[in-house]
Amino acid sequence: MANTKAIDKKTVEHVARLARVNLSAQEIGIYKKQLADILEYINKLGKVDVKNTLPTSHPIGKMKNVFRKDNMKKSLPVEDVLRNAPNKKDSLFIVPKIIG
Amino acid sequence: MKNYEVVIGLEAHVHLLTESKAFCGCSTKFGLEPNSSTCPVCLGLPGSLPVLNEKAFLYAIKTALALHCKIQNLIKFDRKNYYYPDLPKNYQISQYDMPLAYDGVIEIESQESKKKIRVKRVHLEEDAGKLMHEAEKGVSYVDFNRAGVALLEIVSEPDIHSPEDASAYLVNLKAILKYLKVSDCNMEEGSLRCDANISVRPEGAKALGVKAELKNMNSFKAVRDALSYEAKRQIDLLAAGEKIQQETRLWNEARGLTIAMRSKEDTQDYRYFPEPDLVPFTVDKNKIDQIMRSLPELPQAKKKRFISDYSVSEYDARVLTREADVSDFFEATIKTYNNPKEIANWLLGDIASLLNARKVSIAKTKLKPGHLAEMLEMIHSEEISGKIAKEVLPEVFENGLSPKEIVRQKGLKQIKDSGELTSIIELVIKENEKSTNDYKAGKKNALMFLVGQVMKKTKGKANPKILNNILKNMLGGK
Amino acid sequence: MHSKKSIPNTAKSCLDRISAINEKLNAIIYIDTDKVLKNAQEKPSGIPITIKDNICVKDEPTTCASRILENFKPPYDATVIKKLKDAGFILMGKANMDEFAFGSSCETSCYGPTRNPWDTTRIPGGSSGGSACAVAGGEVPMALGSDTGGSIRQPAALSGIVGMKPTYGRVSRYGLIAFASSLDQIGPLAGNVRDAAMLLNVISGYDELDSTSADVACPDFTQSLENNVRKIKIGVPKEYFPEKGLDGEVKKAILESKDILQGLGAELIDISLPHTEYAVSCYYIIAPAEASSNLARFDGDQYGLRKDAKNMIDMHLKTRTAGFGDEAKRRILLGTYSLSSGYYEAYYLKAMKVRTKIKNDFLEAFKTCDVILTPTTPAPAFKIGEKINDPLGMYLSDIFTIPANLAGIPGISIPCGFTKGGLPIGLQLLGKPFDEETLFRVAYAFEQNTEFHKRKPNI
Repeated sequence: MANTKAIDKKTVEHVARLARVNLSAQEIGIYKKQLADILEYINKLGKVDVKNTLPTSHPIGKMKNVFRKDNMKKSLPVEDVLRNAPNKKDSLFIVPKIIG
Repeated sequence: MKNYEVVIGLEAHVHLLTESKAFCGCSTKFGLEPNSSTCPVCLGLPGSLPVLNEKAFLYAIKTALALHCKIQNLIKFDRKNYYYPDLPKNYQISQYDMPLAYDGVIEIESQESKKKIRVKRVHLEEDAGKLMHEAEKGVSYVDFNRAGVALLEIVSEPDIHSPEDASAYLVNLKAILKYLKVSDCNMEEGSLRCDANISVRPEGAKALGVKAELKNMNSFKAVRDALSYEAKRQIDLLAAGEKIQQETRLWNEARGLTIAMRSKEDTQDYRYFPEPDLVPFTVDKNKIDQIMRSLPELPQAKKKRFISDYSVSEYDARVLTREADVSDFFEATIKTYNNPKEIANWLLGDIASLLNARKVSIAKTKLKPGHLAEMLEMIHSEEISGKIAKEVLPEVFENGLSPKEIVRQKGLKQIKDSGELTSIIELVIKENEKSTNDYKAGKKNALMFLVGQVMKKTKGKANPKILNNILKNMLGGK
Repeated sequence: MHSKKSIPNTAKSCLDRISAINEKLNAIIYIDTDKVLKNAQEKPSGIPITIKDNICVKDEPTTCASRILENFKPPYDATVIKKLKDAGFILMGKANMDEFAFGSSCETSCYGPTRNPWDTTRIPGGSSGGSACAVAGGEVPMALGSDTGGSIRQPAALSGIVGMKPTYGRVSRYGLIAFASSLDQIGPLAGNVRDAAMLLNVISGYDELDSTSADVACPDFTQSLENNVRKIKIGVPKEYFPEKGLDGEVKKAILESKDILQGLGAELIDISLPHTEYAVSCYYIIAPAEASSNLARFDGDQYGLRKDAKNMIDMHLKTRTAGFGDEAKRRILLGTYSLSSGYYEAYYLKAMKVRTKIKNDFLEAFKTCDVILTPTTPAPAFKIGEKINDPLGMYLSDIFTIPANLAGIPGISIPCGFTKGGLPIGLQLLGKPFDEETLFRVAYAFEQNTEFHKRKPNI
């Protein structure tokens, strides 16, 4: 398919970083191969002529305004909001500092 | 030395004045207990789904029409993917390649002339939560109350060429938004935020220079100061033969300079794609026409009308129309006291200072148009002096009593009775022999002193005209 | 004769069965026995049901069979759960699944694989493998699953039960932890067609909390259960009977099913769905792309697993690295790649256009027929571990179920035969958008005139 290129080690590393997962050298090798196989299969799509075809983002194309009224609803109790928090203080979530 | 042209584009983010958030029913109120205005949707809990707030959408369309934008036929939302702890889903629901409106314009008056600043795009998105950092402990605290509040992003073309024009653009934008009642534009609470792109180029050059993105400007003054600083910084660099880095810089208000943000480790790749949880929809043309027809008179039009209908000065008209509250107050007062010039003087003078000191808008005070009209009528009929009026005004602000009532309660009514005034003047003349003699000897200033003494004794209530006449007569002046 | 009494199990008998065989099957991964007994006491006629672990049940663990959501207890009920509770159902814990529904074998769960009750060395299908297995093994009479590319129909077929993916928009997705938002749909798994229809009655309907939920009337689906397929036009697409890649025994069973329906008076028509061969490619662009974004939120900030680190990026990296299994990582990487700058048009946009073609194939076909008949899977259940290192091979096992998700149309899988080795075979019927009724009708007539659904695994 146009505009695509074979997946290399650097690409896998870049994508893993974007997706926030660490990969070992061995994993990079495995994923590189597997992703390449999958992409090669996927490249089949290049054969389909879609010049005059509009994309489908939703299968059931009944376009209809889907709105809610601007009405306030009850929020969750703060205890429920924080119940699953790995770390918290008072009513706040605690996360590690951004850079460091 | 070469002359440089500054090129500025502004990106304003405005909280829309909806009761509930953009995609869920949580309150948008500011200052609540942290995380108390959150639900599975705005917390981005697994399984939750967004549903668009109709009012947020209508406000966005209203704003876009007031900015003379074209409205997109098909409205769709996209996901902007990036990791940040204030972004619960690690993507923001926004609009990418098809902003809901585009190609608008905002008029500004700069010193010399009127200018049109093109609006590139207007789009709807959700706000992020708030992070508070505690550097010593190496942690940040997250409050998601703001997460999901409807945010309108209004992006100008790089048509602005001075910090003053940038400020004028924002002032006008704010005026329009407040007229539309779609945002309170409170910069302190973050309901109006502004980033700027700024570059400089040698005068006459066609190509744009390398730009810096400025952030963290929390007032109009900060925008002006930051842009002035940054323009000078860039010009100095170029003049010294150096290159400008494309980077994000933060305005440091305390130190009065911009500082390069530590460059993010990652190259930005937002991986935009259509938000599959929201269905694209078309906007009914009739609905747009209906919103168009219901737009209120906007500041520019109102200003023109004030000049022609009320013969106020261009300057007065501009300031009066900057806020709908003030212009409404102005016109309501005229209905019962038909002297626009006097009303304008009070509104732009004493009343404006009182509002500034209290940091409130006129609609939120106890002062009503009827009060101002009544007070001006009392000055006009010489029941009180202008000076007394200045004392009465803050009282009205505080307790909402009518000026007549305050004057009655405090006994502030002017003393117009010649007999009463004559006896006071006699006393003053007696006590101030030197000044009396000075006046008689031709020192005109002495009269002012004596008038002052009478005013002191009457606590400012003496009718100045009558007082002057009696005093002059008694002193036998020339 | 088939018994009309469709719900034989009580919560108590289900609990007994679960304690007897669940260790062998690993179908149910969480159950609060005391709570079930208490509910059963309050609602003696309540129907027991188990829930796939990607559907939020308030205050109960909902983990998508992933370490990254360990200990996560949602503070809210999914819309379908609310409906079940209101209708007096008794929730029988959570069913195993492929991690985040990524898989066709129920092997990628962090709780270990679920086993096929017909042969415990084999997979039950996936991703709703726990739901299908629990029903097939008689632990519960019915279950909820979710279907993104066949995740209800495929395990239903491989486990010998009934499973339906409703039309996209028929059932609210609110509270279903999203895999691919534009493809996901919750649906029923049950031992027979009537139960499936009854369960769909309960869970379907417009939901103002889900923008993609359809505001269309919901009929009483049990009303369409008539033993009559006369005049119904059934399309048989040639692309679903390839020379290679279709197991002989499966093919035979499907062709025989076709004959049975014809014998009952249905009209069989040869049709073509020319873009079928592109469906898997299309799907493996769209689904991972959406998944990569949907799963971005699992970062250790607010809930679930957190691996401590001294700064944000490292915490996110460590948490996600430890929390996601191999297949989840593979799909996240694939999706991130196809959305990353420079590739959007070549992959995602292109796939959305091919999706249009696939959808149009169906709409075109439905001008000449009422339902479409195909095999549900190209082969019966494979061995545990057989395809775990062959992701592409695994993906291709969904080749017949994926197109319905891309087109948004409803599909049902019903038992239609067994291999010589005693493994179940599933027949897939695909219908027009929002015409689940005709699917139920044909499925019911087939069931009434066959015995396959009566056979039970010996476990």
